[in-house]
Amino acid sequence: MDKQNSRPGIAAGQLAPEAYVENFSELHPPLSRHEAFVEADRCYFCFDAPCTTACPTSIDIALFIRQIATDNVKGAAGTILGQNIMGGMCARVCPVETLCEQACVRQAGEGKPVKIGLLQRHATDYLMASGPTGGRPLFERAAPSGKHVAIIGAGPAGLACAHWLAMRGHDITIFEAREKPGGLNEYGIAAYKTLDNFAQREVEFILSIGGIAIEYGKALGRAVDLAGLRASHDAVFLGLGLAGVNALGLEGENLAGSTDAVGWIAVLRQTADLADLPVGRRVVVIGGGMTAIDAAVQSKLLGAREVTIVYRRGPEQMKASGYEQDVARTRGVTIRHWARPVRLIENDAGHLCGVEFEHTRNDNGILVGTGETFVLAADMAFKAIGQTFDPATLNGSGEAMKLEGGRIAVDEERRTGLARVWAGGDCIAGGKDLTVTAVEDGKVAAESIHRALSP
Amino acid sequence: MADLSSTFIGIKSPNPFWLASAPPTDKKYNVERAFAQGWGGVVWKTLGEDPEIVNVNGPRYGAVHGPDRRLLGFTNIELITDRPLSVNLREIKEVKRAWPDRAMIVSLMVPCEEANWSAILSRVEDTEADGVELNFGCPHGMSERGMGSAVGQVPEYIEMVARWCKQHTRMPVIVKLTPNIADIRFPARAAHKGGADAVSLINTVSSIISVDLDAMAPEPMIDGKGSHGGYCGPAVRPIALNMVADIACDPATKGLPISGIGGITTWRDAAEFMALGAGNVQVCTAVMTYGFKIIAEMVEGLEAWMDEKGYSTIDDFVGLAVPNVTDWQHLNLNYVTKARIDQDLCIQCGRCHIVCEDTAHQAITHTINGERRFEVIDEECVGCNLCVCVCPVLDCITMETIRGIDPRTKQPINPDYGNWTTHPNNPMAVKDAAR
Repeated sequence: MDKQNSRPGIAAGQLAPEAYVENFSELHPPLSRHEAFVEADRCYFCFDAPCTTACPTSIDIALFIRQIATDNVKGAAGTILGQNIMGGMCARVCPVETLCEQACVRQAGEGKPVKIGLLQRHATDYLMASGPTGGRPLFERAAPSGKHVAIIGAGPAGLACAHWLAMRGHDITIFEAREKPGGLNEYGIAAYKTLDNFAQREVEFILSIGGIAIEYGKALGRAVDLAGLRASHDAVFLGLGLAGVNALGLEGENLAGSTDAVGWIAVLRQTADLADLPVGRRVVVIGGGMTAIDAAVQSKLLGAREVTIVYRRGPEQMKASGYEQDVARTRGVTIRHWARPVRLIENDAGHLCGVEFEHTRNDNGILVGTGETFVLAADMAFKAIGQTFDPATLNGSGEAMKLEGGRIAVDEERRTGLARVWAGGDCIAGGKDLTVTAVEDGKVAAESIHRALSP
Repeated sequence: MADLSSTFIGIKSPNPFWLASAPPTDKKYNVERAFAQGWGGVVWKTLGEDPEIVNVNGPRYGAVHGPDRRLLGFTNIELITDRPLSVNLREIKEVKRAWPDRAMIVSLMVPCEEANWSAILSRVEDTEADGVELNFGCPHGMSERGMGSAVGQVPEYIEMVARWCKQHTRMPVIVKLTPNIADIRFPARAAHKGGADAVSLINTVSSIISVDLDAMAPEPMIDGKGSHGGYCGPAVRPIALNMVADIACDPATKGLPISGIGGITTWRDAAEFMALGAGNVQVCTAVMTYGFKIIAEMVEGLEAWMDEKGYSTIDDFVGLAVPNVTDWQHLNLNYVTKARIDQDLCIQCGRCHIVCEDTAHQAITHTINGERRFEVIDEECVGCNLCVCVCPVLDCITMETIRGIDPRTKQPINPDYGNWTTHPNNPMAVKDAAR
């Protein structure tokens, strides 16, 4: 008998074992050598290339593509990683369809941009596969400067900052609250985008420069505090990310079956055998960003029968790009727009059994309910309505540490209001919450720190 | 880490990549932009006597395009510099002062009289340039006035002018050769006899790039008429490589330094010229296609290759291919290869089959067991390599050396070296094959 019919509600192991492997295989298979040559050939080597302008880390894309075309793939990797030390992960997760590939003149020319993301992956994969040997290393550490920098958070912002500073001879200690480095690269990015433990391998590569120590299980506000770090180090960089998630504030929010999407994805990423991870038969995801897409798609890939994303506004307002919305739809996820949740419905067993929504509309820029409601049956509901920065960890230094829109305010050098304290990544105000912008924050802050430490 | 620094006939540059004398090296503005990007040296666009020449006011260039309008060949009907001599000389001096570590060579073309050459050389010396290049190559415009390739095609003139120049200046003298000649060795020997410190080649190849079929005139078209021009770019690279090899292999010009020119676009092109004996290279068409920034790929690529191969300096590999250049009659006729098609890489376009079937030896299948499949038939394959040349997938078809019985001849392959000079079919066969 069909496993799905015979098991009500939330259950693990709904699929045959092979299905998990196939479902979670590469979203975009890497380019073969032949494909890389054909694709690299399409680049026009533009003047002041629009793709480089669109890249938050200003990677010299035309140059690295030309290097791939002349069979100097390692050189291409060097060009990429010199500007963005997480070029490998970025090649897998960056929303290229809204950044470099959208800017590509071949998008304007014939609607077919050069596959910059896949070419970047081709080059960085080549380097990771060839190991640190094979001639000179890409990056060399300068002589020790005698300066010590403390970094909170071993996510993309913290690691990028650490690598840049370590190259210039400074000593870095990263304090990471979790047991593994990588931040959202390790705990948040969809599993089908980062196979083969790539996030960890990339961290190993970054650490191979030397001079960087990571202490795990050390959360700011518990094991270490900001005042103490400022006293014991020459500079501090905060790459705290967003620890909190927005609550719905609705009746039934705490029912069994109602889950925070970010937390669930983190569990999924650390689950060795996906057949062990329970998922609902009917899943509702509330929200419109990448987290909502990733939670929805991965639920479907785990075997959920019906998965619906419900977003309070329209497709153009969703933070997830049109491309990502299409990916979700081709995987069988339904996306419904212009509806907001009203309450989560409880069954006799005290478990979630549905979510009631109200249709919305735009009334001169204000979102209003129309009064018309509907119910979606659900045994699992994911909240994916945004992450928040938790300022409590800053131990009361919040006054000098100006906040803006609930996140840390920084200047163009990523300096906070507190002397000798910099910040970057999702925890700062005004960012785009992308891996690539976090890397750029880490780099800019590192340049500023280095200047401050080198009179 | 590989060291790209170059010393060519005593002239130092941080890398062996120079710009050839052409529009990119016409003005201080261009040259300084090039140096800012990292080019190792330039040969300033050819100076002539005052009054300056004039160029046409319409199209000067034309192109041969490959797929996607990739520029494969380029032609020009542009002449030498059309700026006053004094302006050029002043700018050369300013640039050399501002960029002392980069090579500054001045290309010259004046009437074929000793006094004319002597006069211009002394003015160039005042600029503190590192050397001069004698332009005996332009196939258009100037040649009709007894200069350019009109000199380059007459070895006696080359020797005469080179000797004049060596007598009238202490600057190193490079002679630039035209390819529009039957045997490049004669001009090269003449330059050598005249005392030239080096030769540079090739200049452009006489050409008509295309014909406008509506106007019925060659392009580039000026008011309904066209003239032959000078062809260059990737399309001429093999011609240049061959001529560089000819000179490098000629005992009469052994040791004569060579500056390689002709369609160099990537690091690999430069390395190939240098492997055949060029001490450095000059680039023009590639920068006129992509801008000066391509130097980044060339420098980084050459360094990476040198590191990979273990060459610490460019002297470690210049000329390494020269001993392997030989005459056809000395090629080993007992070396037998067959084509091999990798079925995992094959995309089933069938081009290998049809060219072999139509134009070569009918040695590739198109159907096996009712399925579309392309495999080599060893009994027919002569190892000509045509399939490799037309296959769109790199390394899908490769040539494998075979030993034992050749399925095509049904005869055992002679394991020893043997060439045409001793072959029984050769009416002039000798007893022992000299390699």
